[in-house]
Amino acid sequence: MHVINMSLSVEDVRKIAKLARLELSPMEEKRYAETISVVLDYMKILNEVDTTGVESTSQVTKLQNIMREDIPRDSLIRKELIAQMPKVKMEELIVPGVFNDDEE
Amino acid sequence: MMTKNNYMTQKLNELTIKEARVGLDNGNFTAVELTQACLARIKERNGDINAFITVCEKGALEEAERAQKLIKDGKQKALTGIPFAVKDAICTAGVRSTGSAKILDNYTPPFDATVIKKIREQGGVFLGKNNCDAFGHGASNENSMYGPVRNPHDLTKVAGGSSGGSAAAVADNMCLFAIGEDTGGSIRQPASFCGVVGLRPSYGRNSRYGIMPMASSYDTVGPMTKTVEDLAMVMTEIAGQDDRDATTVPDLVPDYLKELKKDLTGIKIGVPKEYFDVDGMDEEVRKITRKKIEELKKQGAKIVDVSLPYTKYALSVYYIIVPSEDSSNMGRLDGVRYGVREEEKNLYDLYAHSRSAGFPEEVKRRILIGTYALSAGYYDAYYKKAQQVRTLIRQDFDRVFGEVDALITPTSPFPAFGIGEKSADPMALYLADIMVSAAGCGGIPGLSIPAGNTKAGLPVGVQIMGPRMSEGLVMRLGHHLTK
Repeated sequence: MHVINMSLSVEDVRKIAKLARLELSPMEEKRYAETISVVLDYMKILNEVDTTGVESTSQVTKLQNIMREDIPRDSLIRKELIAQMPKVKMEELIVPGVFNDDEE
Repeated sequence: MMTKNNYMTQKLNELTIKEARVGLDNGNFTAVELTQACLARIKERNGDINAFITVCEKGALEEAERAQKLIKDGKQKALTGIPFAVKDAICTAGVRSTGSAKILDNYTPPFDATVIKKIREQGGVFLGKNNCDAFGHGASNENSMYGPVRNPHDLTKVAGGSSGGSAAAVADNMCLFAIGEDTGGSIRQPASFCGVVGLRPSYGRNSRYGIMPMASSYDTVGPMTKTVEDLAMVMTEIAGQDDRDATTVPDLVPDYLKELKKDLTGIKIGVPKEYFDVDGMDEEVRKITRKKIEELKKQGAKIVDVSLPYTKYALSVYYIIVPSEDSSNMGRLDGVRYGVREEEKNLYDLYAHSRSAGFPEEVKRRILIGTYALSAGYYDAYYKKAQQVRTLIRQDFDRVFGEVDALITPTSPFPAFGIGEKSADPMALYLADIMVSAAGCGGIPGLSIPAGNTKAGLPVGVQIMGPRMSEGLVMRLGHHLTK
């Protein structure tokens, strides 16, 4: 059975930061490793709870399959949405290529 | 009856919604005068308190003129002409909404959140956007990239968080009410620190369409006001099902003002012992809470000692599930479609640089915790375990609400602390949520009411929790304790 771990190394922080698309300085990596380890250490308390056979709570309303009529109605305006885009050319959003980047 | 002369001794911005409604409808003053009084107060005090990131002076005066016309024509509703403010993590059409993070420094939503739309449609006067902890991450309002909010009662103290700007704005009479957001205490805790009324409604009671999401299974949106009557007025107008938010419940919205009028005879109030033996609990907070319990007894309520044994796990559950859902929700903020982009040649760098420059330290910490808790090999130990313990916390509430009608506790173990006092220690700040995170786990309503002041003059709040959809009862109790 998995149990809650106690600490996070600088190496771990670097790995998670990459997954989360965050770039951290060595100082930040060290600080996050220290502070998050304290938080994880506090969470160890959950190991004392026996949760065998206990269902998970993922929502509290018990609502299921909420449907509505599929009818056209006012939606957001194209021009206003385009105005929020950081880089636009001929009314289209410009981003670096997805398949030609040089990510290691 | 208030006459024009009364209003000269009391400034218009200091009125409650109820008083302002009477004054507006009787023609004692206009919506424009009321709005000008709030704007003047903001100008005078915002430099010190930093409760607003954006003030809409021109828009507010135009809206006030339109509202005044409605009043003149006898077409007013409950909130017509009433000036209000909105937490910056809530989208407002045509008005910059940053969430207090630089990644959205230039973001102007093309739409209003449903609750804001409801208020604006009936002529509520929208004053501007309140500072908060970035995207709701914090309990002190020090995690804003626009500077901390200062507590109006003592400028060296925090206002609480994350809806700290909203609490401070109401407390300092910069607006008549504000709309905040509460995931695990973000309305109630700052309300207690600033001495105002704040309600976290049941999950699903108010629409969250247009609220910047933090933890989707916890987030709620609710009002912050000067009195419980005002709270009931606002809730009656904004609650209800919304087909743009599939988590809203179909239950009819009662007239909450009517609910307040009932007395407390026969009501059973539980005092959960776990909320009174918290480490580091301030003695004055304990005393003030006990005094309120005595008042309930005098008004005919029956006081019962109860136990919620899983309470001590609520904070751990909260700080696993919330960052997990959070790290996923924050994924949409990447500098691609809106917000501030750091231009780079490849996509990974564009994401990483935009996010690193645009998020404050605490947002990054929560994203890291969440990403870790959800990563392969750790999911069962953290996220799933927390979801299971969440079930036990909910069952605690279900059981206890079979024995009593509502619960009373302190809102926070201590009054407002000093700016900078806890900011170097994230765990110390997380512990500030110890009284308020369980209601989030259960999806139940929690109300914080001002209960008194410490000897140093800092407000202390008392929390009333009830079963799901019991806002009417919770507010009734709060009303009887504050009137």
